[in-house]
Amino acid sequence: MKRRTLLAAAGAGSLLLVRPALATPEAMRRALAEFAGGAVLREGRVQLEIAALVENGNTVPVTLRMASPMTAADHVRRLALFTERNPDPGVAVFHLGPRNGRAEVATRMRLATSQTVVAAALTSDGTCWTTSVDVLVTLAACVEP
Amino acid sequence: MATRALVHLPAAIRRGEPFEVRALIAHPMETGHRVDTQGQRLPRDIIRRFEARLDGELVFAADLHPSIAANPYIVFPLVVQAAGTLALSWSGDRGFAHGESVALQPS
Repeated sequence: MKRRTLLAAAGAGSLLLVRPALATPEAMRRALAEFAGGAVLREGRVQLEIAALVENGNTVPVTLRMASPMTAADHVRRLALFTERNPDPGVAVFHLGPRNGRAEVATRMRLATSQTVVAAALTSDGTCWTTSVDVLVTLAACVEP
Repeated sequence: MATRALVHLPAAIRRGEPFEVRALIAHPMETGHRVDTQGQRLPRDIIRRFEARLDGELVFAADLHPSIAANPYIVFPLVVQAAGTLALSWSGDRGFAHGESVALQPS
């Protein structure tokens, strides 16, 4: 092996060592399934508002929304956010009820890299709706110092 | 240092009409994935739970993970039928706990 390739390999190895393990799409699916609690995941209804091109992954505004009458009989129980490639697939779970009047929550999240962000909603009738958005990140959230 | 938190409500609240409660708290939300200059992993230090109680009744809650940005900002809707007190509380790692109370006076 040439010295140069050896050095390159060593460099790549040390890079891998300091980088935290990123979640995988598989881990996100597991987290989603856990959130749904056995309900079938269906695409649609819940809305996820997030910029398609993010300049700074350290603080990314997101809004989760779902049209719902929010009555005792028919309301959104939970809204949640998941990421495919942050170190931890779960971002947040918001617990709602009829006292909220509408199902809309906003926060600011971190994005470690360009990836798919998924919003999920669990309704009082036990269905789970999901929506995903692909986000391009130019400056990643610092998971390293 | 004392924890700083801000709770913002609309100037006028109407009975039976949803309004936004905006809550912001100063907190580093250390992920537990970063290392310091000595290569030591910085321990995780995040807010895990946010709760809003209207006269003691839980009306909104959030479970937070390290992917929430530093200085967590949460906006949620609320409907009130009568005057009351909204108590917001944040709790997390290293025994972190903070509370704020605001009076609601709907017209």
